[in-house]
Order: sequence, then structure tokens, then C-alpha cells
Amino acid sequence: MISIKKLSKHFQTKDQTVQAVDDVSLDIEKGEIFGVIGYSGAGKSTFVRLLNRLEEPTSGEITLDQQSLTQLGKNDLRKKRQKIGMIFQHFNLLWSRTVYENIAFPLEIAGVDKQNSKEKVDELIELVGLKGRENSYPSQLSGGQKQRVGIARALANDPEVLLCDEATSALDPETTDDILDLLVSINEKLKLTIILITHEMHVIQKICHRVAVMEQGKVVEVGDVLEVFINPKEKTTKRFVQQLSPLEHDPERLKDFITEDESKEVVKLHFVGGTARRSLISEVAKQFDVYVNILQGSISQTQEGSYGTLFVELDGERKVIDVSMDYIRNSGVEVEVVTNA
Amino acid sequence: MLNELFPNVIMDDLWTATYETLYMTVISVIGTFILGIILGLVLYLTDRGNLWSNRLVNGITATLVNVFRAIPFIILILLLIPFTDFLMDTIRGPKAALPALIIGSAPFYARLVEIALKEVDKGVIEAAKSMGAKTHTIIFKVLLQESKPALVGGLTVTAIALIGYTAIAGVIGAGGLGDLAYMNGFQRRNNDVVFACTVFIVAIVFIFQWAGDFTAKKMDKR
Repeated sequence: MISIKKLSKHFQTKDQTVQAVDDVSLDIEKGEIFGVIGYSGAGKSTFVRLLNRLEEPTSGEITLDQQSLTQLGKNDLRKKRQKIGMIFQHFNLLWSRTVYENIAFPLEIAGVDKQNSKEKVDELIELVGLKGRENSYPSQLSGGQKQRVGIARALANDPEVLLCDEATSALDPETTDDILDLLVSINEKLKLTIILITHEMHVIQKICHRVAVMEQGKVVEVGDVLEVFINPKEKTTKRFVQQLSPLEHDPERLKDFITEDESKEVVKLHFVGGTARRSLISEVAKQFDVYVNILQGSISQTQEGSYGTLFVELDGERKVIDVSMDYIRNSGVEVEVVTNA
Repeated sequence: MLNELFPNVIMDDLWTATYETLYMTVISVIGTFILGIILGLVLYLTDRGNLWSNRLVNGITATLVNVFRAIPFIILILLLIPFTDFLMDTIRGPKAALPALIIGSAPFYARLVEIALKEVDKGVIEAAKSMGAKTHTIIFKVLLQESKPALVGGLTVTAIALIGYTAIAGVIGAGGLGDLAYMNGFQRRNNDVVFACTVFIVAIVFIFQWAGDFTAKKMDKR
């Protein structure tokens, strides 16, 4: 749906050229939530601004639904921007306008008449859950509510794409989750393509289908979120994945449990994707005569299923331990016996 | 009792002078507002990185504003006499003071407008752009709306400076309370007249200040 070819943006400063975005090529599918993650200065903010040409690209091409954005004249670009919604880290609401008037603003810009505008705004206020706050001013709202106004405003002209520039970075964790849930429900309800940039891995994990990792203006890794999580290739990606499960690989703490004792076995369970069942551990404990002792690990839910690693100690007769390991394997979870190396 | 304390004050004259002062102030505030907003917008919009970024226009406007702000008001009136004569067909009376009052204070207000516009969150302008807003929409619905309290605050400060200017203009025959205080008060050693005029001017200043503060506060939804 959106195809980005060899997109670059250079900034000329006094004594050097900064390559904010460097030769980026990506294809984003219709209806997907595409995440771009990177540390600050990686060029992701510039990247997202190139998509609606708030920043003019130095070179490269962007096509949206077979229409080249980079070739559009000034007036056509303005019209096209009405179909590309954008939300911001600091919400960027007009403080002089009420919630209602803020959401109506893009409709005023598009020249929608009062009657249709009112219908649309009422519908959007309902959608983002702000009923009753129509006449409040932004200063009277909490951060989460402000972002809801931002989202409603971005959706006013029925956009084809929604760009999110660090949309949850100024919010507390709980509010972040609410806003992310709202984005997912919008994505599903309206089949809206969402491109979001963030520096928080759990945002990617929670709502994205695919992810691109940016570093120094380049996309260094791209793929399905689950795949990237399970098998991160680049160093930066690994660091981001580690953010989520800092405990996962801490062999030091496992040492005490790994013994020569035949009746005890430490195993690493690797959950990959949708096949992982939540009740697996209790099933094993019920069906077989073993004690399952959870040592460490973490399981995360992504849009494509759960993934993660769990270190457990199986305590029982040797034979029973082997049978239970087979059982776990058969339910689609990778099993690896941990030994002292 | 008042007659004993102010033997030389003629109430009719005082009211006429007050009316003239108010007339000069109100008309010149309106003129200053319009001219100042235009100049302030040009200063802001042509600044680097803004919508009409243009070094030449910005440089010329800034120089013009600075030059007119540098000229002391009393000298500006004298310099503008031929222009006033041409424009108003007279160089005496409240009407004749208007060109000098407006030209003298608009550059000052323009700088205040520029500061007010600079305070508008760049993110909000970016948001408007991302919605496909035209430049005039950004100017009238974003920039001027979002800076309204600061624009009104600046106008209050300018209006009060203008009341002072009208008194100065009075000295060279513009009429108003300054004129009365100087001609009938100071020149004839009637200190009571000077005092009465002062009280009236202070009252006018207070009213303007209060009205300005009230309006700015009402507009501010931050």
C-alpha cells in the first residue's frame, strides 16, 4: 500500500551534512500496524515526517496507493495530507479550542459543512471514549484524554494511513496501554493502516504486526514482530529485545539448580507464536507425576501470539521427566535441557 | 468645595479634553492594532524556518521597525508634519495627531506581536500542516487564535504608551488633556489644572489596563 524507495533526507549544518534518513526502502501493507523503533537520533522522527512531507525528502520516492506522494504539487499535497492522519508525542492540540472544536478543525480545513461536521465529530468523540468532555478545553484534560482528542482529530477526514510520532512516549505506562488498545481497535474497526515510531519495545510488542529497526538513518532489520523478537539479528535489535526481558538470560542464577541428580532436570522452554498454551505448566503437573518449579523467565503477548522463555526445574522420576518433556515438545514449545557448561 | 480647590478648572474644558484624549487613543489603538498585526506577521512569517521564510523582506521590515522605534516621539511628530498635512489637511487638533501616534506605536506593537507569535507552539503549526491547512488558515485559525491573550496583553501595554503619546502631542497643539495641562495649566501657572488633568489621565490609564487584563484573562484557556 505504501511503498518507500531509496528515501533519504540530508540536513546541511554549518560544517557537516547530517544523514537523518539514509536510503530507506520499505513496503507497508494495507491494514497493518507497522512499527519503527530506534534510539533517539536514529532518524525515525524525520522518517515519519517524510511520509507526509512535513520534511521534504532529499531523494527517493514514496507511493501511497499507486500515487506518488513525492511528485505531488503543493495543492495536491495539501489535499492528500487530509487523508494522512498524524498524532504527536505532545498531542499538539489548539488550547484555544474545546475538544469538539479541535476535532472539527480538520473538517473545517477540508471544507465540510457544519451539519456533516457535527455528525462526524460526535461519532469520533464516541469512538475515542470522550463523551461528555466535548466542551472541555485541552488544559482540563489528562494526557491520555488529550491523546484521544489527537486521535479523533487525526481520524476526522477518514484517512488511509495514520502516522504516530512517539504517540505514547509522554504518557504513563497505564495510559500508554489504554491508548495502544484504542489504536488496535481502530486498526481493526476501520481497517486503517498505522505507522508508528517509538523507542519503547513494549509498544512494538503489544500492537505491531511488523517492525523496522532504525539506526543512524538506516533500517537495519525488518520483519514480523514475533520473528524479530525470537531471532534478533542486529546488535541494536538485540538490545531492544533485552529491554523487555532483562532476566531471560541469566545463567548465573540457574547454576545452583543444575545438579548431577538424575531426578532433577533444568529445562529451557521456548515459546514461539500462537501454539503456546497458557495452561501448559499446570497440565504437565497434573498429568505427570512431576513437580514443576519455575525458576525464571518471561512470556510476552504480541499481536501474533505469545513468545518467551521459561526456565523450569522438573523434579520426578527420570522416566516421567522424559515423558513430560516429550509432551511439552508435542504441544509446540521448544525444549532444551540446560547443563552446566 | 471643588471650586475652591480648583479655582481655574473649567469642567466643560476638562470634559472636552478628555473626549479628545479618548478619541485620539481609541482611533490610534485601532490603527496600531491593524498595522502592528500586519508588521508583526510579516516579521514572524518571513523569519528563518517559518512559512514565508525570506531574508530580504525580513531584513527590510526589521530595519524599518527599528528605525521608527528609535525616533523619539516628539521628533517623529515634527518629521511627519508634511505627511500629516497632506493626509489630514491640517496639522492641528486631535485628528492631526493620529498619523504620528499610529506610526510611532505600530512598530513597537509589531515587535510585541512577533514575540507573541513566536510563543505559539511549533507543534501545533505542524499539526495544522499535517491536516492540509492552507497558509491563511494557519495564520487566522492557528497563529492569531493561539496567541490571542498575548496579543491583547501587548495591545494594553501599547495603548497605555499611546495615552502618554497623546499628552506629548498635546504640547504641539493636538488637543486633549496634555494640551490642556500644558497650555492652560503650566503656561499660566495654574497648578490646579495640571493636577486635574493628571488625575483624569491616570484614571483613563487604569481603565485601559483593567479592560485589557480582563479581556486577556477571559481569552486564556491554557
